[in-house]
Amino acid sequence: MIRSEILKEIAPILNPHLVVCNIGLPSQELHMIDDNERNFYMLGTMGLSSSIGFGLALAQDKPVISIDGDGSVLTNLGTLPTIANNATGNYTLLIIDNGSYGSTGDQPTYAGMKTNLTNVARACGCENVIEVQDKDLGPVLQEAVDSDQMTIIVCKCDSGNIKLPVITMDPVVIRHRFMEAVKG
Amino acid sequence: MNIDKKIVDDLVANDVSFVTTVPCKQLAGVIEEVEAREDIFHIPSNKEDEGMGLCAGAFMGGKRPAIIMQNTAIGVTINTLATLTQFYRLPLPMIISYRGELREPVACQVEMAVHTKALLAQLNIPTYHFHWKDDVKEFDNILKYTFMCNKPVAILTDANFWGGYGDQ
Repeated sequence: MIRSEILKEIAPILNPHLVVCNIGLPSQELHMIDDNERNFYMLGTMGLSSSIGFGLALAQDKPVISIDGDGSVLTNLGTLPTIANNATGNYTLLIIDNGSYGSTGDQPTYAGMKTNLTNVARACGCENVIEVQDKDLGPVLQEAVDSDQMTIIVCKCDSGNIKLPVITMDPVVIRHRFMEAVKG
Repeated sequence: MNIDKKIVDDLVANDVSFVTTVPCKQLAGVIEEVEAREDIFHIPSNKEDEGMGLCAGAFMGGKRPAIIMQNTAIGVTINTLATLTQFYRLPLPMIISYRGELREPVACQVEMAVHTKALLAQLNIPTYHFHWKDDVKEFDNILKYTFMCNKPVAILTDANFWGGYGDQ
């Protein structure tokens, strides 16, 4: 499965929850599949999906899912020790690991070579790290969201993209409606 | 007047309850004070752009955030300031140790100091420079201004403000 197929499959699991989605194609795909006010789309700032989602999870009690990619996690690798050492049960980090920088033309990442992000997350102190194959993600994600324990999911999948338009929604609108959803 | 205590008192009085820090020797006292306060959740960051991401999330979750860091971080965070904090109109007080200014003992620090204000000006970030101990009296107003206008705001605090750097 490629990322857009995974997002289609897990959209009903994501829908009721606050979702912070990674820059580029992941946000464009989620926007196309199930745009709603509980989605925060990153229009820039590669690497910070995990940090934004984690700050949000620490600041309030609702479940938060950060959708990240292997390339983005490698960009902000310092996030994993911060998350591990300040764990909060309402946070799930979903790393869609296709071994490539999808939004920029599928250049290979080191996560598709020798670097194992599951082991990296564990070495950083994350206590509940689950590596899962794309087709098995749904139940694992549902359990992670429902549980009181913070979960890092590394979902292994194929690289590949579909053609999509960019998100033209104003960032202040994305932020405002998201904050209303957080409060609601 | 204890500067560390005054800064953290003002943070608490302005309802800032989420503070991330990347350390600097000059900031050790204020970081210790932040850590000690029950009204503030303190989360150290490994890098300043990561910290700005945490602050963005915390603000959207209903908390007023602040970041404490060195001016060298301006070189690290320009993309984050432009495409996250400014683009989404998020307030962020940045309490910055202004290394490389008067009374600085480490020559390399001057290399970023000479660019610091120019970079902040290029980004149209409101910038205040604390050089004398009494300048801290403005801090409360700066915090109110930051959360009024929803912008990142820089407070540069140099070695003279902190009473000198190390054993001088």
